[in-house]
Amino acid sequence: MKQVFKCCAVLVITAMIFLPLSAMAGETLDAVKKKGFVTVGVNGSLFGFGQPDEKGEWQGLDVETGKAIAAAVFGDASKVKFIPLTAVQRFTALQSGEIDVLCRNATRTLSRDSALGLNFVQVNYYDGQAFLVPKSLGLKSAKELDGATVCVLPGTTTELNAADFFRANNMQWKPVVIESTAELAKTFFAGRCDSLTSDASQLAGTRAVAPNPDDYVILPEIISKEPLAPAVRHGDDEWRDIVDYAVLAMINAEELGITSKNVDEMLKSKDPKVQRFLGVSEGNGKALGLDEKFAYNIIKQVGNYGEVFERNVGPDTPLKLERGLNALWTDGGLMYSPPFK
Amino acid sequence: MTDTTHFTRPEPETDEIKPPVTQVGVIGWIKANLFNTWYNSVLTLAVLFALWQLAPPLVEWAFLDSRWYTDSEACRTTDGACWSIIPNNIRFILFGFYPPSEQWRPLLAVILLVALLFISRNRRFWRKPLAYAWMGGLVVMGILMRGGILGLDPVESSQWGGLPLTLMLSVFGLTAAYPLGVVLALGRQSRMPAIKSLCVIYIELIRGVPLISLLFMSAVIFPLFLPEGITINKILRAQVAIILFTAAYVAEVVRGGLQAIPKGQYEAADSLGLNYFQTMRLIILPQALKIVIPPTVSVLISAFKDTSLVVIIALYDILKTTQSTLSNPKWMGYSTEAYLFLAVVYFICCFFMSTFSRKLERELAT
Repeated sequence: MKQVFKCCAVLVITAMIFLPLSAMAGETLDAVKKKGFVTVGVNGSLFGFGQPDEKGEWQGLDVETGKAIAAAVFGDASKVKFIPLTAVQRFTALQSGEIDVLCRNATRTLSRDSALGLNFVQVNYYDGQAFLVPKSLGLKSAKELDGATVCVLPGTTTELNAADFFRANNMQWKPVVIESTAELAKTFFAGRCDSLTSDASQLAGTRAVAPNPDDYVILPEIISKEPLAPAVRHGDDEWRDIVDYAVLAMINAEELGITSKNVDEMLKSKDPKVQRFLGVSEGNGKALGLDEKFAYNIIKQVGNYGEVFERNVGPDTPLKLERGLNALWTDGGLMYSPPFK
Repeated sequence: MTDTTHFTRPEPETDEIKPPVTQVGVIGWIKANLFNTWYNSVLTLAVLFALWQLAPPLVEWAFLDSRWYTDSEACRTTDGACWSIIPNNIRFILFGFYPPSEQWRPLLAVILLVALLFISRNRRFWRKPLAYAWMGGLVVMGILMRGGILGLDPVESSQWGGLPLTLMLSVFGLTAAYPLGVVLALGRQSRMPAIKSLCVIYIELIRGVPLISLLFMSAVIFPLFLPEGITINKILRAQVAIILFTAAYVAEVVRGGLQAIPKGQYEAADSLGLNYFQTMRLIILPQALKIVIPPTVSVLISAFKDTSLVVIIALYDILKTTQSTLSNPKWMGYSTEAYLFLAVVYFICCFFMSTFSRKLERELAT
């Protein structure tokens, strides 16, 4: 009986391979509306970006991005379902339609954007790889790390970036590869390695839990570019636009000085930019196939980019991250929204 | 010692000589067992020295300097164990994403399951009512977990996690794998070439790959072959992978039992005019399965522990919920305490299984 089933399964699977998989424009939005919630793939164990808290409620920058998309589509930020995914599963889950959008600190790269069949949208966090070292070593620059023992996570681009960096600068290094982030930190604090390398945002978190955080410094060199962005499937441009502008709306709101607290007052604003953005004067919502109030709903229920940043990874959180590259372009950062008109 | 006298009834003097204190009692035992040869003496001293070195720091770490019900800041001020990580996160560790307001439901389901398991330990209850109790119990558990009827809020399976998920994957995995394994073992012994070769291929294929690869297949590759929009529940996919995997191992164990049955038993059954199914049901399997209780339980125990591998496909079983807690900066670095807690949970479950198997062996007098 099992065998018969298996044979059938093999036949079906073979048939599937040869069937063209194509998504029609608008298909995802219709499907999402029909089921009544957005399914968002998140990390699950990355503090500040996607992690359940003690009560089992999802918290993080990526999580709030997912909520913003739900607010844009349904006018209700709670109509979202989070699926925790591993690094290996994340792209498959998107390709197979298990999730509608991936907000899982995925770095946008050329091959992922093209060959993997994904479309990345507006970056919601600009990250980069750096080195954490004990102050006692007296290092000022990552270029002085010649011959160092470096703790690193396996399997991600982190290890490759570090190898590239040491080779490019004609330096020797001894990688110490450890599977889990928590164990990696423990090993480093135990003095097993001279340095710990990872994305700067994660290093900040690691440093925060050191027995004595002031004994450690993050070296100034950022050795890689890690633009972390939400991603959707190829072939559904309407859905891509919605996700893109849900993220951009949070940035635009910060540019316009609209926060979750003052958004109701801002409805009365005479500024045509604000009126267009909040849907007081109509057009934007219709163009995206959404409610005219979609941006209002995002800001009211989730907040602008600055608020979300401060709440999840900012100076008042254990991560204590500065805005840096993630500040608005007017403050010397890279966050820049096209006009909402 | 010997001359205890009473005023009322003086005991007569006896010539009975008690053995010297160095031969009996505590000292005697120590002498006979710990210092009976020179190498035993050396070993005893070495162990005592190790205990003297290890025990005080361990006790100090685990009990004296430890924190039990504090927040994480209080833990940073001590060198001892931070057990606080467990009470502070116990809800998430045990129930994962299950809505907090509804968490009595998975709790009740787990209690029900454990109660059924305990009742089933006793062979006196192995009658029809128990089978009905199990069926009823499973339905009630399903209703409790899923909700959607009887005024219970529906809770999707993607929100299940923690202990109920671990127990569910194990109990359903083991109960489904066992009969499947028996069928496969019989199939492998079959005289019909088609059935025999199919079973051999199945068993060898499944045994030839690690469980991790099967789980990856179920989680990563299988969904790609389904049409877009159609997804099969992630837990179900993992559950099926676990069942298929365990069944192959059970099959080989049962085959060992079948081969241990003397040929005369088969011939006796034939001469009684029993057909194949009667022979198996009445003569062969009862003996064969009894012989293989110890290896079967070994397979089941290791299958139970293997369910923790579902962490790699991001199912929040009790191991994953604990790990997830550890990635919170507040609790990062207390992995020793968290993993010790997990070890205790796993040990209780596995110990339950192995004592049950010993009890069963004793009662069946194999």
